Amino acid sequence: MFFTLTPTTGQPLYLQLMQQIRHAAETGTLQDGDQLPGVRTLAEELVVSPNTVVKAYCELEHEGLLELRQGSGAFVIGKRRTRSLADHVQAARKLIRDLIQQLREVGLLDEEIRRAFEAELLYPPEIAKKR
Amino acid sequence: MTDTFVIETRGLTKSYGNAEAVRELNLSVGAGHITAFLGRNGAGKSTTIKMLLGIIRPTAGEAVLLGTRIADLKGSRETRRRVAYVSEDKPLYRYMTAEQMIRFASSFYPDWRAADAKKLVKEYDLPLDRKVKSLSKGMRTKLALLLAFARRPDLLILDEPSEGLDPVGIEHLLRTLVARSAEGVSVFFSSHQIAEVERIADHVCILDKGCLLVDASLDQLRQFYRRIDLVFSSAPVEDKLRVPGVERIQTTGNQMTIFASWNAEEVIERANVLNATSVQVAPVGLRDIFLEMVKEE
Repeated sequence: MFFTLTPTTGQPLYLQLMQQIRHAAETGTLQDGDQLPGVRTLAEELVVSPNTVVKAYCELEHEGLLELRQGSGAFVIGKRRTRSLADHVQAARKLIRDLIQQLREVGLLDEEIRRAFEAELLYPPEIAKKR
Repeated sequence: MTDTFVIETRGLTKSYGNAEAVRELNLSVGAGHITAFLGRNGAGKSTTIKMLLGIIRPTAGEAVLLGTRIADLKGSRETRRRVAYVSEDKPLYRYMTAEQMIRFASSFYPDWRAADAKKLVKEYDLPLDRKVKSLSKGMRTKLALLLAFARRPDLLILDEPSEGLDPVGIEHLLRTLVARSAEGVSVFFSSHQIAEVERIADHVCILDKGCLLVDASLDQLRQFYRRIDLVFSSAPVEDKLRVPGVERIQTTGNQMTIFASWNAEEVIERANVLNATSVQVAPVGLRDIFLEMVKEE
């Protein structure tokens, strides 16, 4: 399993790691019951602070995707939730496809659309909701 | 003072004559974290570290290292046994061979791990029979690092540990720091290698002219520090966009660039109210944050 974290983007590393683990579970790369590398192993492999891995694992445990077992590491659980997430992703793809189609029709260039998406994604969720 | 900090300073000051090398520094370094200490040459990083270790005496203020006040001479002697330190100039005995140096150093430390030292010699490809004076700068750095990494201290303090190392050596250093951190060792290191700091540090402190400019977690910096490029149809008024969190505004004609350490949302809100014709928001890397913060006004 390969995770790659990008230190220079405007997103905390633990969030990047959470997303990649989630994605691996969605796509089936990680199956129910699979064990993730220990904190030290993964931190050394990615050359990131162990606290980054700890935080990502803890948050994913909170979300119900992982189960942390004392001394033996992190395990993937919650297959049902994973499947519903995959459905959401598929639905989102369609929404985005339609939206992009609309924006192209009014004459926006792909680069402008991309920048608009990126600008909106920079808002933390709680603020985006308020806007 | 609590267990949550391995280093705490209050009003720590060092002056040489009229020059203040460190000015009323309030620093808190969290236990179990990897904390990076950044600053330009002469910013006061090494002076701060040397005060913490009792190598030089502060002019004013106080500091607590692993729960012991540095002014308590007897107590801090004990405390220093629990700290491994690699200094900026990596002083070693030039006339000794690398092997003699290792044997000599090991006799001082009850927390010495001979097996680790042996492993590091191999990984560093250290020529044991060569005299220190004939080693390259990179090899000397590796030898100095080995003397610290063969121990199991509570706190590692490293002053520019990557100096003179090649990319392979730097990668090895970063992995070792990560491994020690995973074992519960708190790490405090100064560096000019921002790209490396950005990879492994939990927390970063930026010092300039003896003052602390930034004291934040890298997660916070990544999440909140933004560069906002604005274009207006006529010359904009800077004051209307100067909200809390705005660190710097640069205006050229109808264009404006704003660096905000937080609160970028409000800047954008205001820009929209002022009918900006273009609003672009981008995250700011640690290198740019550093350059912005230490820029001469």
